[in-house]
Amino acid sequence: MLLLLQIKRAEQSIAHRGDAQPPGCSGSDGAPYATGANVNTILLTVQTLNGLQLGLILFLIAAGLTLVFGVMDFINLAHGVQYMLGAYFMVLFYGLTGHFFAGLVLAVLAAILAGLILEIVVFRHLYDRSHLDQVLATFGLILFVNEGVRMIWGSVPISIPTPEILQGAVVLMPGLLYPTYRLAVIGAGIVVAILLYILVTHTRIGMQVRAGAANAPMVSALGVNIRGLFMVIFGIGAMLAGFAGAMAGPIFSVEPGMGDHVLILAFVVIVIGGIGSIRGAFIAALLVGLVDTLGRSFATDFFRLFLDPSAANSVGPAVSSMLIYILMAAVLFFRPAGLFPAPGK
Amino acid sequence: MTQAAEAPAVPSKPRTPWITRSGLAVPLILFALFAVLPPILVVSGETFLLTILTRIMIFAIAAVSLDLILGYGAMVSLGHAAFIGIGAYVVGIMAFHGVSDAFLQLLVVLLATGLFALVTGAISLKTSGVYFIMITLAFAQMAYFTTTSLAMYGGDDGLTLRVRSTVFGMSFLGDRITLYYIVFAALLGAFFLCRTLVASRFGRVLQGCRQSPLRMRALGFSPYRYQLVAYVIAGMLAGIAGALLANQIAFVSPAYMSWMRSGELIFMVVLGGMGTLYGAIIGAFAFIAAEEILSHFTHHWRVIFGPLLIIAVLFARGGLISLIFARRGSG
Repeated sequence: MLLLLQIKRAEQSIAHRGDAQPPGCSGSDGAPYATGANVNTILLTVQTLNGLQLGLILFLIAAGLTLVFGVMDFINLAHGVQYMLGAYFMVLFYGLTGHFFAGLVLAVLAAILAGLILEIVVFRHLYDRSHLDQVLATFGLILFVNEGVRMIWGSVPISIPTPEILQGAVVLMPGLLYPTYRLAVIGAGIVVAILLYILVTHTRIGMQVRAGAANAPMVSALGVNIRGLFMVIFGIGAMLAGFAGAMAGPIFSVEPGMGDHVLILAFVVIVIGGIGSIRGAFIAALLVGLVDTLGRSFATDFFRLFLDPSAANSVGPAVSSMLIYILMAAVLFFRPAGLFPAPGK
Repeated sequence: MTQAAEAPAVPSKPRTPWITRSGLAVPLILFALFAVLPPILVVSGETFLLTILTRIMIFAIAAVSLDLILGYGAMVSLGHAAFIGIGAYVVGIMAFHGVSDAFLQLLVVLLATGLFALVTGAISLKTSGVYFIMITLAFAQMAYFTTTSLAMYGGDDGLTLRVRSTVFGMSFLGDRITLYYIVFAALLGAFFLCRTLVASRFGRVLQGCRQSPLRMRALGFSPYRYQLVAYVIAGMLAGIAGALLANQIAFVSPAYMSWMRSGELIFMVVLGGMGTLYGAIIGAFAFIAAEEILSHFTHHWRVIFGPLLIIAVLFARGGLISLIFARRGSG
């Protein structure tokens, strides 16, 4: 996450250097933008794409979280850890096979396996416990897995190289280069979202999942093997989180604890979207991704409009990192069950 | 589930000693231990343990305050560490500007944490259940990111305390034993304040709201107001813990209010035994002691600590005190 910020700040500073501010423009009157409108369009486009990409990665994580939460009424703080495991499995299998896509497939399979093992060893015993117990036990799991990963791979951030086919950048419009890999992540995120949508709305298992989100005991009473359904949902969640982690590897740095911050963001997403709703998670994820990314890029400039530059420089970053939490608090204040509450809740 | 041990025993067994009836036996033993330990430790040269015990008591204050809202009000706040952080930052920032008077600092700590609790609590308590957990977390994250961006006060890196708090211009908080007993007094104060609150009419209404908000409303109470007051009091107490923590370490950092810290606080309360107040003290003791002991053995102590926590949740229902006192009133 830190790396992401650095990338963003770097992009921002590059963009600003290209801005060629005329001397004497303090920024408080908004004058620099009159001359550099084109550059600003490019900056806006780049940041929107970055926001989409962050949003789609968040969606992959939040989708599993919201299903597990909605259907099993289970708060899984360890979901972020599964994302991290996906990234580390990617490091492992990419290193072993030397091939990006083979590594990706193996990493996702390993993530599913790890998720199912966790389900059998720990989570299964927590389904009928209180939310508080679930929070605590999965919190213990976070400590364990984070430290375990640190023991195996060390605490130094690892970077995963982008595959050769996806290296370089694509010219989206004159003067606008965008890294191919990031576009690929956006594409993959959209494809997975569509597949998930089809799975949930047009298949038998999807129907059971939706029914489970609305009323799990009733689904069980109607003869569906609810334990089996739980396993399937858990597997899907672990797969999506692992896939997100593996795909995010070349963009963010892979390090212990990388899942913790993402977990909080994913929770923000599912709470805004409404727990148990895939559609809600999708829209909220894009919203959070865009608000966060655009906020970080433009908050300082925004505050320069009516504050002096030094004050704006300190207020901007603070407000931009708070934006999504403000968004969430506001959504909960006006719609206490999120934007798209699952039916029956 | 556990607080039932206190109330119903009274009429049926009027002959039991006062100390058992009042449920004060365990906490009084605990406090007596805390009171006599420093001279023993100083004589035996284990002053390092003194530092750890001080730390334990500081977190015990925060844990007791969390138990007030968690155990008695069923408000699962995943943002309680924010109050510790705010308390610590108030001390740090005031010291940075040369204001080191303890009473003045205390006043500002109480005002700041009280105000933060009032505003965030007023919004958070509109929600319930999982949403309450998440919204308290969100507010704590806001506080966390605010402090990381306070470039003037160190930002991410934190702020070293220029001077510890002074009383009438005299500085003696640097002395370990003095600090120990001040923290001890604060813990005593916090415990007995919470205990009095819980036993009062206010506390009974609060517990009623935990059991059934609907029934309380039918009786003419507004759960919201009672919960909000409890939330503010708990926040202020945690703020005091933060002010003490800043004085102990002579350093404040945003890490004090990370959500992992809030998780640890909940752990202390649940580990010890919710809804007893002294369970929170035992929990803080067990948690920090386990942390210290395990980190002696291996650098990767969390690998052992994590599973221990999971096992504690899975098997020690009702917390450590229920293991120690297997015979409990049925709840």
